[in-house]
Amino acid sequence: MSPALIAALPFLGALLPGLMIRAGRDASALVTGAATLLALIGLLTHLPAVMRGEVVTAQFTWLPALGLNASFFIDGLGMLFAGLILGIGLLIILYARYYISAQDPMGQFYTYLLLFQGAMVGIVLSDNILLLLIFWELTSLSSFLLIGYWKHLPEGRQGARMALAVTGMGGLALIGGMLILGEIAGSYELTVILENREAIQSSDLYMPALLLILLGAFTKSAQFPFHFWLPHAMAAPTPVSAYLHSATMVKAGLFLMARLWPVLSGTEAWFYIVATTGLVTMVIGALIALFKDDLKALLAFSTVSHLGLITMLLGFGTPMAAVAAVFHIINHASFKAALFMTAGIVDHEAHTRDIKRLGGLRRLMPVTFAIATITALSMAGIPFLNGFLSKEMMLEEASHTVWAGSHWAVPALATLGALLSVAYSFRYIVHVFLGPERDDYPHHPHDPGFGMWAGPALLAALVIVIGVAPWLVEPLVRSFAGAVTAGDLPDFHLKLWHGVTPALYMSGIAVLGGAALLLAHGGLARLWQAAPRPEAKTIFDTVVDSAARAARAFTDALHDGAISRYLAIFTVAAVAVAGISFLGGSFAAGGRALLAVEIIPAIGWLLLVVATLTIVAVHRRRLLALVLMGVVGVMISLGFVYISAPDLALTQLTVEVVTVILLLLALNFLPKETPRESGAAIRLRDGVIASVVGLGAAALIYAIMTRDVSSISQFHLAQSYYGGGGTNVVNVILVDFRGFDTFGEIIVLGIAALSIFALTEALLGGPVSRRLVNWRYDMARAGDRHPLMLVVATRALLPIALVVGVFIFLRGHNQPGGGFIAGLVVAIAFVMQYMASGFAWAQARQNFHYHATIALGVLIAALTGLGAWFNGRPFLTSDFGYITIPPLNEFEWATAIAFDVGVFLTVVGSVMLALASLSRIARRAGETVNLEPMDVDPSKPGGRSERQER
Amino acid sequence: MSHWIIAPIVLPALMAPFIVLFLRHDVGLQRVFSLAATLAVGAIALGLTAAAAGGAMEVYELGNWPAPFGIVLVLDRLSALMVLLTAVLAIGVLLHVIGTGWDRRGRHFHALFQFQLMGLFGAMLTGDLFNLFVFFEVLLIASYGLMIHGGGTYRLRAGVQYVVFNLAGSTLFLFALGTLYGVTGTLNMADMALRVGELPAGDTALLRVGAVLLLMVFAVKAALVPVQFWLPGTYANAPAPVAALFAIMTKVGAYAILRVYTLIFTPDLAATGSLAGDWLMPAAIVTVIVGMVGILGARELARLVSFSAIGSMGTLLVAIALFTPEGTAAALYYMIHSTFAAAALFLIVDLVDARRGATGGRLVDAQPMAQGGLVAAFFFAAAIAMAGLPPLSGFLGKLLVLDAARGAAQVWTVWAVILATSLLAVVGFARAGSTLFWKPHALPAEEPAPQAAPATTLPFVATGGVLAIMALMTVFAGPLTGYLQATAAQLHTPANYIDVVIDPEAVADAGGGAHGAEDHDGAEPETGDHHEGE
Repeated sequence: MSPALIAALPFLGALLPGLMIRAGRDASALVTGAATLLALIGLLTHLPAVMRGEVVTAQFTWLPALGLNASFFIDGLGMLFAGLILGIGLLIILYARYYISAQDPMGQFYTYLLLFQGAMVGIVLSDNILLLLIFWELTSLSSFLLIGYWKHLPEGRQGARMALAVTGMGGLALIGGMLILGEIAGSYELTVILENREAIQSSDLYMPALLLILLGAFTKSAQFPFHFWLPHAMAAPTPVSAYLHSATMVKAGLFLMARLWPVLSGTEAWFYIVATTGLVTMVIGALIALFKDDLKALLAFSTVSHLGLITMLLGFGTPMAAVAAVFHIINHASFKAALFMTAGIVDHEAHTRDIKRLGGLRRLMPVTFAIATITALSMAGIPFLNGFLSKEMMLEEASHTVWAGSHWAVPALATLGALLSVAYSFRYIVHVFLGPERDDYPHHPHDPGFGMWAGPALLAALVIVIGVAPWLVEPLVRSFAGAVTAGDLPDFHLKLWHGVTPALYMSGIAVLGGAALLLAHGGLARLWQAAPRPEAKTIFDTVVDSAARAARAFTDALHDGAISRYLAIFTVAAVAVAGISFLGGSFAAGGRALLAVEIIPAIGWLLLVVATLTIVAVHRRRLLALVLMGVVGVMISLGFVYISAPDLALTQLTVEVVTVILLLLALNFLPKETPRESGAAIRLRDGVIASVVGLGAAALIYAIMTRDVSSISQFHLAQSYYGGGGTNVVNVILVDFRGFDTFGEIIVLGIAALSIFALTEALLGGPVSRRLVNWRYDMARAGDRHPLMLVVATRALLPIALVVGVFIFLRGHNQPGGGFIAGLVVAIAFVMQYMASGFAWAQARQNFHYHATIALGVLIAALTGLGAWFNGRPFLTSDFGYITIPPLNEFEWATAIAFDVGVFLTVVGSVMLALASLSRIARRAGETVNLEPMDVDPSKPGGRSERQER
Repeated sequence: MSHWIIAPIVLPALMAPFIVLFLRHDVGLQRVFSLAATLAVGAIALGLTAAAAGGAMEVYELGNWPAPFGIVLVLDRLSALMVLLTAVLAIGVLLHVIGTGWDRRGRHFHALFQFQLMGLFGAMLTGDLFNLFVFFEVLLIASYGLMIHGGGTYRLRAGVQYVVFNLAGSTLFLFALGTLYGVTGTLNMADMALRVGELPAGDTALLRVGAVLLLMVFAVKAALVPVQFWLPGTYANAPAPVAALFAIMTKVGAYAILRVYTLIFTPDLAATGSLAGDWLMPAAIVTVIVGMVGILGARELARLVSFSAIGSMGTLLVAIALFTPEGTAAALYYMIHSTFAAAALFLIVDLVDARRGATGGRLVDAQPMAQGGLVAAFFFAAAIAMAGLPPLSGFLGKLLVLDAARGAAQVWTVWAVILATSLLAVVGFARAGSTLFWKPHALPAEEPAPQAAPATTLPFVATGGVLAIMALMTVFAGPLTGYLQATAAQLHTPANYIDVVIDPEAVADAGGGAHGAEDHDGAEPETGDHHEGE
């Protein structure tokens, strides 16, 4: 079976248990087991080839741009780990079938488990380090789900998050390390990297790569000081603990170190970092394990300790140590998984895992007792069990390891670790199973059914077989270890009796000392409880919580919601960026001569400046500020006239009128004064910013306006008549050369009006509506709402204004004018009627639908543009010609006029819709509707019309 | 002459007024037409992408005026890709909106939605800087209308900030355009690219000012620090499906940066040199930090997602700021990814909001939500994507960006910041997800039972579809990056683009303007077939 398929099978299988759970829990377990078994069989078919030293590969191109390929290979190391993962996986699936209760969603559990299994198999079979990274992160994610499986338990949630944070951090470091490794080796393919030992170790980047990769490995394999997450991950259901946190996932770090052993090991840095970390972890883990009363915590810390042991062996960097490491990986997986399962059985049956509440179980649970004893003794390193063999090898290697010139440091500490290991192993047997039977178990315990103990029993048998007849597995170990050391294997034989060696003495000390330690356990435990020690969870929680608080404080301070501050930062940034960039280039002043200052423009200019400065001074009085803005607008319009831009002037003027009127109407509902919100310092700051920005903008404009440039407008001037059919080049630009821009802009106008309408609807449907209803007008009203003079004047003006509008529209193509301006003029004429006689009165007399007007305008403009398609031309291509209507003269027609009609309609509709929206607000605020056009009507007897309705 | 290029602009521009004119009282009909138009645009976008895939570029001269005198639309691989991306996103968002009934909560949703699409497509297709400004206005004002859809105090307040800040950006756009026009005398991008190379030395200072001001404008759209301020309030307070659509808006800023600074102000241009990258890179790095820190600090789901959007924009702009073909290809992959990731998350925000009653998206204890398992699974997947973990496209995108940063001066900073801040994102998302989906199961059940779920499946289809796209992006990363590499290569050889857009003869004909008139011998134009055959 292809290695890729082996890795894929669990993922494919992961789809099944969630579905098959509908057919019952057995079916769910069965499909899970079947997927695993199939993968295992597929793997084992390669065993003979791997034993011969061959490497089975499969490769698919995935992301060549990155050097990421879906390439897999099975060598000895991959075979070992994949075998462990799938083999133990099978036993765990069986065990979990009986462990997971009926209330828990078992399909989900098996799905997560298979996802994890696939990720794990992926790691160990990857031939591409980026692919390995993907699977690596997937194990973190799937273990997050598995640890948090009992989501109602706070320990589960917190443990899951802690594991994710710590291993996630390691994973990110690993990404960095792998990227560097790829950089040095020039490839992300493992097989290539493994051949580049010299290049890697002599590179300047070796140290950063090593540190980052080790950070990844240490966090995953719970090495000190990152060991703290593992015990908290024990909140997971026991099958998960047994599988992930003893047999497989925590060994991923070891796998990585073993995998990269040929290229990374052998340097001083490797030895001191890896071996020391392993040694420290081994001792500390064992020490803590001794004092844990929770069975799973005890086993968790013992796992930490044993992982440290293996790490230390890998850190030694000698081939023989690597052999010992590989052998211990096998042995540890067998006895520790079994031990976890026995702990789970005890918990399942007695409803507690607290050693203080247990004891005397040997008669009640004889089978469990037997399994636990065999495996715990193996963990302690007692002869005839497999743990003994690899522990002896470890002690042997430790005994001749020199650490910083010291010959005794490593052996002594290794012996201490072994001694503590014996103590907690014995404790597991003695304090749980031996001693008097109790009558206060939370639940009366007895041995579980066969399904639950079959798995651990099988492992216990394996423990004995390997322990008694190690030569049986020697070829396997040789093949596996050969993959670690890249073929450079020492001559070794696995056997029970090595003669009287230093290791045997150390072993003896460990066993006796461990037994003695257990006898003194009670007193020591009290001492341990009394001693101050850092509580990892508290520290971790504090760190994360304060990081979150700091993040919150930082984010809230930065985004404090003050728009004035945001804009201040924006403008300062713009000016600074522009200024600095300006200095990076060279600047030559433009050569255009300045116009002479004449007296009238100078007065206008002075008015503009004064009005602007006055706005700054009186801006809190909004009405006044608005009036002054009108002055500014008029002066700008006149400025356009002065510099010969009549179209701009007309547009500006009409836009000013419409905006000021709309703003006035809106201001009606707003406070008339702006409250003073910022202190003097802030106002000074803002003043400085505004001045600098203003001066900067002025300087920029001056620099631009004083230079000549050959621009595309020459073409527009030349083509306006011949190509565009109009002599007013501004209008031809608007409706033809750049008609598409105009098309966009009328749409902007239309959208704005629709948005104002929608906004008004939303306002009137919300809490604002109540405020409006209860609103009391806070200013004195003029006695005359609809003054006679205004009414009469606007009535008279209406036809004139409409004619002017039409006139401006029609002359647009050749003279200043056009649809946009005409639309505004007509809109103003209507607006005047509304102002004079009230909105409702006026609307009742000219009822056209504003939405429709806008839509129609846009549609006409768009369809005019589309018309060109039928002429075989692009969108908005104009056409013009001449027609003669008999009694009259020859007329010029242009499709641009139809486009301009669209513009006209959109403008009128938009302004009127905005006005209508404001009037709706006014109505809600209690504005009455007058039935007569004016308040005082001299043509009526009595003169005064009072008829109004709400 | 193929009119297909302009179809993505004209179709929504016709559909929106059509809806306003004829269908404004019938939401059901609006849905049908709006969805049909969006699907049609999606199909057109597919066609355009296929047409552009070969590497040929197409120019559409509006009004039949040759560039640079008229406005042109240009279809190349990048613009086709952007249009396709937008169309696909729009379909997903629209399905969600229809499924959740968001379009009934205010007026004119579908018309505004179509106008929004028109603005987006226009900005992506245009080859003219002023026209880009116009489409920026269209999409800004339409997005404002969508943002305040449904109303509410906080939303309206945030809307004011959004529109004010972006109008300030538009003002700056005008300054930038005025400066560039004043120096180069043109608005057409390709033409400007030609002219900036021939400028006298005395103009370089002003040209640089114009170039960075334009960069600043695009940075506002892309929510780059220090002009990101508008984003969190806007995205967090907008209707969540609208925020999902807005995932593409920040990308418009990124797109514009890519377009302008690979075409006009290229690193090879002596006057500006590495100007854009020099400003962009540090800002992008800080943006990553601000975004990811914001994820960890968020009190509310929508705000968390908003900051993740900022962070992902930072990552995207880091890749863009490299201004190398590798960087651009990585940026494009990441851009597609982060658009869908942010969109998926915002759709999930809406699913969560709708199921937690008054609690909404606040990250506090509440009762379990209806269909919590499925929503949780979606959230898990989307968070994985956004945080950049496998197996979704975020991880590959991040790797591509990191890999492309090799050889850049700031490679170590980039690597350190992106990797370290990923941890903040992971922790932030894990905390939020744990509170939202796990913790409720620990609380004593209250009466009455959790909110009845909205019964429709359409929102789940939409969210699931967006997530599925990210899965497909992972599986087919090879072919996809192949296309993106070709896109990047096309972008980094701007000469082709210029050749296609600018016909030297037409320019020479029109040349001095006055000469252009003479060519016509002052003859009275008899027919309207003006520049035909020119």
